[in-house]
Amino acid sequence: MSKFRVVHYINQYFGQIGGEEKANIPPSCKEGPVGPGMAFKAVLGNEAEIVATIICGDSWFAENLDEAKAKVVEMIAQYKPDLVITGPAFNAGRYGTACGAVAEAVSQELEIPVVSGMYPENPGAEMYRRFALIVETGDNAAAMRKAVPAMGKLALKVLKGEQLGTPKEEGYIPRGIRENYFAPDRGSKRAVDMLVAKLKGEEFHTEYPMPQFDRVDPNPAVADISKAKIGLVTSGGIVPKGNPDHIESSSASKFGKYDLDGIVNLTAETHQTAHGGYDPVYANQDADRVLPVDVMRDLEKEGKIGSLHRYYYATVGNGTSVANAKRYAAEIAQELKNDGVDAVILTST
Amino acid sequence: MQLKLGRINITDIKFGDKTKVEKGVLYVSKEQVLAAVADERLTSITLELARPGDSVRIMPVKDVIEPRLKVEGSGGVLPGFISKVEMVGSGTTLVLSGAAVVTTGSIVGFQEGIVDMSGPGADYTPFSKTCNLVVVCQAPEGLSQHEHEAAVRVVGYKAAAVIAEAARNAEVDSWEEYQHLNLFEGMQKYPDLPRVAYVYMLQTQGLLHDTYVYGVDAKRILPTLMSPTEMMDGAIVSGNCVSACDKNTTYHHLNNPIIQDLYARHGKDLNFIGVIITNENVTLADKQRSSNFTAKLADMLGLDGAIISQEGFGNPDTDLIMNCTKLEKLGIKTVIVTDEYAGRDGGSQSLADADPLADATVTGGNANEVITLPAMDKVFGSSKSADIIAGGFDGSLAKDGSITVEIQAITGATNELGFNTLTAREI
Repeated sequence: MSKFRVVHYINQYFGQIGGEEKANIPPSCKEGPVGPGMAFKAVLGNEAEIVATIICGDSWFAENLDEAKAKVVEMIAQYKPDLVITGPAFNAGRYGTACGAVAEAVSQELEIPVVSGMYPENPGAEMYRRFALIVETGDNAAAMRKAVPAMGKLALKVLKGEQLGTPKEEGYIPRGIRENYFAPDRGSKRAVDMLVAKLKGEEFHTEYPMPQFDRVDPNPAVADISKAKIGLVTSGGIVPKGNPDHIESSSASKFGKYDLDGIVNLTAETHQTAHGGYDPVYANQDADRVLPVDVMRDLEKEGKIGSLHRYYYATVGNGTSVANAKRYAAEIAQELKNDGVDAVILTST
Repeated sequence: MQLKLGRINITDIKFGDKTKVEKGVLYVSKEQVLAAVADERLTSITLELARPGDSVRIMPVKDVIEPRLKVEGSGGVLPGFISKVEMVGSGTTLVLSGAAVVTTGSIVGFQEGIVDMSGPGADYTPFSKTCNLVVVCQAPEGLSQHEHEAAVRVVGYKAAAVIAEAARNAEVDSWEEYQHLNLFEGMQKYPDLPRVAYVYMLQTQGLLHDTYVYGVDAKRILPTLMSPTEMMDGAIVSGNCVSACDKNTTYHHLNNPIIQDLYARHGKDLNFIGVIITNENVTLADKQRSSNFTAKLADMLGLDGAIISQEGFGNPDTDLIMNCTKLEKLGIKTVIVTDEYAGRDGGSQSLADADPLADATVTGGNANEVITLPAMDKVFGSSKSADIIAGGFDGSLAKDGSITVEIQAITGATNELGFNTLTAREI
């Protein structure tokens, strides 16, 4: 059986080129293992081998991020690896960030799994934990002796397609990815057990630690609303009749941009809701109830607002993940800004 | 208050001349059922059978109801719909355990669910394990969605009630007893046990999002106190199936597992004193009022702890967090039961509202997970709705009849009463 192919990414220091004075060297490539790669060789044994090592200066990587990622990915790709190892970077911030950025690029562009190693407080861990199995290490190179076997073992498991245990069992930093599984007990029993433990003051483990909530301060008031160009954006799913973009009734994978030119009133013939999470009857009878085009046209005519922006944006909020909603919002906001819109009315359901 | 539940185990379902139970087989008379459920608002009602392991898909599923029959004590099952509004929850009730009525037919909204009797989808729904009488209701063009919903809802209750009559003369396989002491008696009997209530949040957001309590639309209630045994007689029924994964069917209300599991620890680790029902209305004032009343009731009852179950997601996350934080601020320890919308890749924040006080959470899993349901030999209802139901997307229904959807579309998949073992963890 041929061995699995692994490419190793390390910095100038572990690549035995030099310390801080060599941190500005661009990426280079060597066949076979270098530095800590030699230690990996013992752990990977007959099952996998480091076919090449990419070495890059930490400063050069940080200062040329996009170019660095592109170059490193290109070098890695030519060795057709089954897996990439980066680091371990311990608590070295620039090195950790580079290890993470390489992991992101490799996992996204080459779709190859990445194993790394970092101290949990390394900024690279928080920034890039989504993209690699980052084994938790000590904070300096003295921890190499423990880090390498742990990383190597995990790499072999991934290469062999073995089922991974929990982050705690496997020793890697949780990636922030929620994975479904069937527990031994039903949820109601787990809830009662948890409550009894909480009442007794015993230790219990929540199944979903509460996220940090993203709160946005409102902008200052619009100075002169009678001159302002106002946009309409809704998560209430108001779309032209027939839902031309097929926006999903739940878990929307997109938003739509629709023309309001010449439209003074939304009717049951022209517009509807695509939203599956509320009683649609009243929105379908008169979509102005969710997207107030009629009132905005009145205000426009009366000179109370400058103008209504020509396009409105709509998506379905129902079951749409916060991450997707954030992405749509960023894109919509940018377009509105480019179009010189001064203020936006956001309507939900 | 004391309720005896007599379970008659049903292991198979067949059509027959008479509706009866024989050696675990439920025989259903088509004529009898069709006569009982006739509704002039619908164009046709037909009956089908679906058993565990069958190559059958039922969709769009509106409701699932377990047949129960009150044989002794006040009132009757499904008060406000099938029976008058006498108080229920005491006496003796018989259960056709393992049988269910499943309503389906032309789609009412976007929201109804999928039940697969075999294949990978079957693992996610409890109703792949029941012997189902499937009631297929077709509505005429032009029937309003509200009327359509009401018609199909009541057809389900009626069908369950008529086949439940078969329990009357059947041999009971097992008995369970549930006692509910009044507050004073409970405190006298268990002076040293923490007082625990169950805060039961009911979905009440409008069409296909409604829940009924003794026939009252729960949108119009203020939070109130109920005996846990009342649910076992169908005091709470479902009018909702939106994003069917985390909506409680009538079957779930009848078999609320949180009530069962609180009873299992009652008198040992806790004193289960009752159920506070509350709603999930859409306006902020309603949310504030209902959570205030819930907290006030909890305070008046002198609770030490509470389990709070949510129904639905997104907008009701606000109600959940309000209920949780208001109780915690009163010093009442809470566990919340919810589910997650973490995106198809599992990488997003899971809830639309959150608070550090919600430090004890049980999750029914990530509803955005995508699954491919292979084609089945038979489809009861219609698979045409696959592209537009909640959890489906353009192209969900493939030419070969397979359906790729989020598990959100599967009836009961991420139930927030903790009915299932499915859950999620961070990897």
